[in-house]
Amino acid sequence: MTMNNQGRPTSVENSGNSTRSGYPSYTGSRGLSQVEGLIYEIGDTSRTGVDFPEVEDFENRLGGMERTEEIGLAGLTEPEAMRHYTRLSRKNYAIDLGLYPLGSCTMKHNPRLNEKVVRLPGLSDIHPLQPISTTQGALDLIDTLAHWLKTLTGMPAVAMSPKAGAHGELCGLMTIRAALEAKGNPRSIVLAPESAHGTNPATATLCGYTVKPIPATKDGRVDLEAMKEALGPDVAAIMVTNPNTCGLFEREIIEIADAVHEIGGYFYCDGANFNAIVGKVRPGDLGVDAMHINLHKTFSTPHGGGGPGAGPVVLSEALAPYAPIPYVVAGDEEFELIEHDKSGKSFGRMTAFHGQMGMFVRALAYMMSHGADGLAKVAEDSVLNANYILASLKDVMSASFNGPCMHEALFDDRFLKDTGVSTLDFSKAMIDEGYHPMTMYFPLVVHGAMLIEPTESESKLSVDQFIGMMRHLVAAAKAGEKERFSGAPYNAPLRRLDETAAARNPVLRWTKPDQ
Amino acid sequence: MTIYYSEDHEWIEVEGKTGTVGITDYAQNALGDIVFVELPEVGEDFAKGDEVAVVESVKAASEIYCPVGGEITAVNEELEDNAALVNTSPDGDGWFFKIEIADESELESLMDAAGYKEFIAGLE
Repeated sequence: MTMNNQGRPTSVENSGNSTRSGYPSYTGSRGLSQVEGLIYEIGDTSRTGVDFPEVEDFENRLGGMERTEEIGLAGLTEPEAMRHYTRLSRKNYAIDLGLYPLGSCTMKHNPRLNEKVVRLPGLSDIHPLQPISTTQGALDLIDTLAHWLKTLTGMPAVAMSPKAGAHGELCGLMTIRAALEAKGNPRSIVLAPESAHGTNPATATLCGYTVKPIPATKDGRVDLEAMKEALGPDVAAIMVTNPNTCGLFEREIIEIADAVHEIGGYFYCDGANFNAIVGKVRPGDLGVDAMHINLHKTFSTPHGGGGPGAGPVVLSEALAPYAPIPYVVAGDEEFELIEHDKSGKSFGRMTAFHGQMGMFVRALAYMMSHGADGLAKVAEDSVLNANYILASLKDVMSASFNGPCMHEALFDDRFLKDTGVSTLDFSKAMIDEGYHPMTMYFPLVVHGAMLIEPTESESKLSVDQFIGMMRHLVAAAKAGEKERFSGAPYNAPLRRLDETAAARNPVLRWTKPDQ
Repeated sequence: MTIYYSEDHEWIEVEGKTGTVGITDYAQNALGDIVFVELPEVGEDFAKGDEVAVVESVKAASEIYCPVGGEITAVNEELEDNAALVNTSPDGDGWFFKIEIADESELESLMDAAGYKEFIAGLE
């Protein structure tokens, strides 16, 4: 027999989970955690990834306007450029790396089937300026997606072009304003509850309205009586998120809708949290006039640095005529793209083309692979996961509302009282445990908020690990391990950043150090 | 010279017809590190309760409401370069603006130092 006698040891004393050695490395890297400079620090003008032929004699026709100084762009070889971005990407957190509990963000898994479908050449290699006779399949897809959105929400119309949730809000409020202007008076006030997403008052202000906040009741919902008192002939609309940002269903939503309709105003529903009710509740049945749907939340398209958003807005019969152009219409023979509004009612155009096609494909792939029954299950599982977290943590953390909750669980910082640990410190310690922190200090209606949304993507094993990690950190905080929190993160590529200095003295461009 | 306090955590120091307005220590502490202050223009008129300035901290942007109505006679230009003064000296160098008080009876709805102390104790 042949013996392998070369002496390579195959077991070591400290195998398995490594603890860090006390030896500082020459490079500053720690194994697979490699240090990486800014591209301007590692690149220079002597290298390049492309090989251009020398410029031969040419006639300069710039008339003295040519640049005489060096541009100073960083030059890198192709492998250097590859490694730079790959190394940076490895310092980042992503939904493909772990649970992403950001409340109200619905950071769910982006199914690989979506990605497979969107890469089909017939969908990925088309251009919005092609003759529409050659893009009938794409228009059919937009029309089918619109049909699903209208069916799931019970609304008669949808504007597909808005490109994000906040853009959808803007579309909704511009539609409402156009409808009120058509009646002769755009009005001046928009009501928004205190727990509203910050984009709600921002949108209303951008549309020229004054925002009047509506207080919350003790159980975290819109105060119906206070809302009724704020209503008047100047109120254009109310903007309500349902389920709201406390993770609670607004039980009096129909009364809210009726009250605002009575004074001739409109009901804008922020659909950011639609994931909790998709397939279960149709907003059209609740009296909603306009609602954006974040395809990048409820319908699983990538976001948070992974891709652009998409925020189609469903509209009631009363608002439909004022929707933006363009829109797709199924004609007798073929699909048409309506680019000009002949009625003169549409408020105009929000985007150059018809919207975020790549997201439409992914969202429709998600819907059709789940089916209507599967989407209802999505809502059930997302609510179940959130309640499991609420029930598993409320004996050691302080739940702001007793529950049951919808798709997200809200805690506040009462459980950290007298520990010297803040919500921010606690969140930073989660980074050391390999998790992205939850949404913190929002909503504003509770002190030191921690808003946890696991989504339906997580298995029981994954949620149990998260709960175990949270209970471990709570125990450490209560045991007085203050430094573990106040100095965190210890294990991240960079330690705690000085947010105040960054805001007071932002350094927005790199300057070449003096040589 | 008397100092009054509002429920929105502004203080106003009154001397004759002129009031100097800032935010309280409690407010600066709750807001966190302040990075930007947007001040009104000298000569602008505000009614009691109007949004008169905006403070931006690392956490959030918050409106400052006018504790009494009147015309702005001066603003603290130091804050443009050094918003941190609001944190380090909320009731001194970190003042926001001076206002010519239109109706002194509006001061009556504000609190005195003892009243404000009691008010914030109730918020804890």
